[in-house]
Amino acid sequence: MMLEQDTGLSLAIAQIVQRLKGSSLHSQLERQARGSWEKRILKSLNSMCTELSIPLARKRPIGEQKELLNKWNEMGTDEPDLSLFRPVYAPKDFLEVLMNLRNPNYENGDQPSFRNHLGLIQVPLKVKDIPELKDSFSELGLNTGQLGIDDSTQVPPELFENEHVRVGQTVLTEQDSAAAQQYVRQGCPTALRAELWALILNISNQPEDILYYEQLKSNVIQHDLLVDSLIYKDVKLTASNDDYYFVFEDYLYQVLLCFSRDTSVLEHFSYNSATPPKSYIRGKLGMEEYAVFYPPNGVIPFHGFSMYVAPLCFLYHEPSKLYQIFREMYVRFFFRLHSISSHPSGIVSLCLLFETLLQTHLPQLFYHLREIGAQPLRISFKWMVRAFSGYLATDQLLLLWDRILGYNSLEILAVLAAAVFAFRAVNLMEVTSLAAAEAVLADLSTLKVMPLLQIFLFATVT
Amino acid sequence: MAKNKNAGHKGSYGYQKLKEREPRACIRFKCALTNTILDILRRRPGWVEVKEEGEWDFYWCDVCWLRENFDHTYMDEHVRICHFRNHYELTRKNYIVKNLKRFRKQIEREAGKLEATKCDFFPKTFEMPSEYHLFVEEFRKNPGITWIMKPVARSQGKGIFLFRKLKDVIDWRKDGVRTDDQKDETQVENYVAQCYIENPYLIGGRKFDLRVYVLVMSYIPLKAWLYRDGFARFSNTRFTLSSIDDHYVHLTNVAVQKTAPDYDPEKGCKWMIQRFRQYLTAKHGAEVVETLFAEMDNIFIKSLQSVQKVIISDKHCFELYGYDILIDQDLKPRRSGYNPQWLVSISLMSLQCHWGRLYLNWLLEVNASPSLTASSQEDYELKCRLLKDTLHIVDMEGRLTGKEKRIGGFDLMWNDGPVSRAEGNVDTPVNGSFMANTHLGYNNDRKKQLKQLFKPLHTQQKV
Repeated sequence: MMLEQDTGLSLAIAQIVQRLKGSSLHSQLERQARGSWEKRILKSLNSMCTELSIPLARKRPIGEQKELLNKWNEMGTDEPDLSLFRPVYAPKDFLEVLMNLRNPNYENGDQPSFRNHLGLIQVPLKVKDIPELKDSFSELGLNTGQLGIDDSTQVPPELFENEHVRVGQTVLTEQDSAAAQQYVRQGCPTALRAELWALILNISNQPEDILYYEQLKSNVIQHDLLVDSLIYKDVKLTASNDDYYFVFEDYLYQVLLCFSRDTSVLEHFSYNSATPPKSYIRGKLGMEEYAVFYPPNGVIPFHGFSMYVAPLCFLYHEPSKLYQIFREMYVRFFFRLHSISSHPSGIVSLCLLFETLLQTHLPQLFYHLREIGAQPLRISFKWMVRAFSGYLATDQLLLLWDRILGYNSLEILAVLAAAVFAFRAVNLMEVTSLAAAEAVLADLSTLKVMPLLQIFLFATVT
Repeated sequence: MAKNKNAGHKGSYGYQKLKEREPRACIRFKCALTNTILDILRRRPGWVEVKEEGEWDFYWCDVCWLRENFDHTYMDEHVRICHFRNHYELTRKNYIVKNLKRFRKQIEREAGKLEATKCDFFPKTFEMPSEYHLFVEEFRKNPGITWIMKPVARSQGKGIFLFRKLKDVIDWRKDGVRTDDQKDETQVENYVAQCYIENPYLIGGRKFDLRVYVLVMSYIPLKAWLYRDGFARFSNTRFTLSSIDDHYVHLTNVAVQKTAPDYDPEKGCKWMIQRFRQYLTAKHGAEVVETLFAEMDNIFIKSLQSVQKVIISDKHCFELYGYDILIDQDLKPRRSGYNPQWLVSISLMSLQCHWGRLYLNWLLEVNASPSLTASSQEDYELKCRLLKDTLHIVDMEGRLTGKEKRIGGFDLMWNDGPVSRAEGNVDTPVNGSFMANTHLGYNNDRKKQLKQLFKPLHTQQKV
């Protein structure tokens, strides 16, 4: 791992924002911030390893391999003792790190307006304002039909829905990936969604893909990784406890255990500014030729990670296809939600976008919440890190993810987060504590995302 | 008002008889249950709970009270009670089988063999001990399939077991001692032996059944409403036929699930039916799902029609039924292997398999007292909606015209004939192709609809 000297969590950054604008991947901001954060994660993992006297990896004895193979389709019935394991980190830990990112040239900032930024993120990245968002998300405008709005029972299907479905079927017949991406901006009909997403993500489930998955599966059978226990724990804590996703528990293991062994995922680190953690074969510490990435895919799961997979189980039932879809979604989108970068879809930018939208368009609410010690980002961060999975009703979540795919951007997460605050502004103005604010925003399961987004972007006076 | 004739009260002379549909100032109710329905009744504006011996206009009674008191309780015209006197014709497993068999024969005579197959949604069932020999004959023709033995009158999964060997039944028969609490009853408990559905449709490897609510306001003529909400109840464990002793796998009733060792009450094993419908649509496409749900409509209608002539259709009565439906896999071989004997027994049981029809629905049972206890917040809200809308339809307040096709989350499914989805009220003649007025699993935007429905007359616009 490329490590600078450890300067603690609070970092001083030498370079200026200009370099960050073009999502330059090599600025010191990122390297130092990331370096420290990654080191911390690995330290946590290593210490768990030492405490529990469990190796990071071990080969399974034949008997155990057989047993696991037999149980492959129902790993959820296994009840290993996971009490001593704890998630390596949770979203709120990550938020603390992001809050401490700093730009040392704060005084001479190129964006004087940033001086007045009262949110938690103190890095002046360039984010869009509402006019720019309206432009980017023009298909969500009031004059364009949307699934999630114009397919409700009040609206006769002839007005929009029937035609939209017909167009979707045509796109699928033509197998036009670019057209599909444009199409899903208005939402996918339930019956066509699985195929449309596969088309956009270029997943075709060829025999070689199935073979690859089977190979990963055999890796899982043969070797046990410490990370596996973390995965089990996460699934048990999150997805299994969800009213709708508990049914898919077994699928989650089948996907995530294979995912952690998939070295092809390492490729995304070439555009992800992060570096995968490394580990050394026992007794060969420091010797590069004995270094391996750990886990093999370079991604250490955090608390809630399995929720990236759970909604996909509604669409894909064949394990290898489900796996590929998830992997592609991860390397295109989800990885940005838990790594430090300056990319417009990176979590830092999303946080800043959220805070800026709120401070600019709901200043009263923003100041009020800040006054009572309830910085809005503290509440919305977890929604964005998980891309709202587990917070919205499934059908609403899928409509949201339609737009992520359609616009190839995660910015919509920040916009939705702001829209939720706007929607509940009246109640939030009356609360007097962080706990009370959390309570107002605890249950998002009744929200309809498309009307919220539309109103916030297109029907709010700017 | 209603009172017990035998309690020594004077006759109805001393009391004013109000016209049936006159709006009432205050509605006096009694409620035998202490769960969701009581909450709903207490919160209903203008409704007042009456004490033990007081007179009542509305009684949410239990079936015991009904059995003991219905026959000698005088009820004014406007009084309503939530059960039909002999609902067991529909809900007791041996009676429904008899009624369906008889109805099927009638249809065969009148409309032919093909039409009669629409009644084949009830798994082959034999009453015990009376049909024991018929059962043995059927059993011997289909070795290797699994049967389920169910007590006729109990619910919540009590007393049920599975078997594959005749020996198990013979042992059980000889063993006159029942391990549960029915010993002290003088009547012999009846059981039914039913063919067990071995290839249920699974989600996430788990078996589930559907609970759907049907409200019957009268049998003659037949007027029935279908609720948009419902839920899928999942078994907590993965489905496999190798463990037929595992009670918990096979019985999906929530009441049984709650006693399973790995049951987590916080977890909740239910999916709202909207989510279920979406899942199926995503997986199989809209057309297949439409067909499946249309077949379910068929189950409701046929089952009610089969008992239409036997149920005492007292105008004071209405009943909210909980239907339990099981969905079957298609008949394609599954990855885990295919049992050729099953194929044989399929044709013997005259299962229907038309081309293009992939899934089959099975009626497991009908409950006249569906559980109104809520297992979660979401469940509580569903039951609240369901009961509120039930009370709207019963209409003690006299607000409805009687021509409505939709009230809250209820859609009028049958009104002495099929009801069409087409615009207009029940009296509008149907033109063009028929689409049933059922919306099971659709969005239940009841609040909006109710607001529109109960708007004061002078502000209502003409349709």
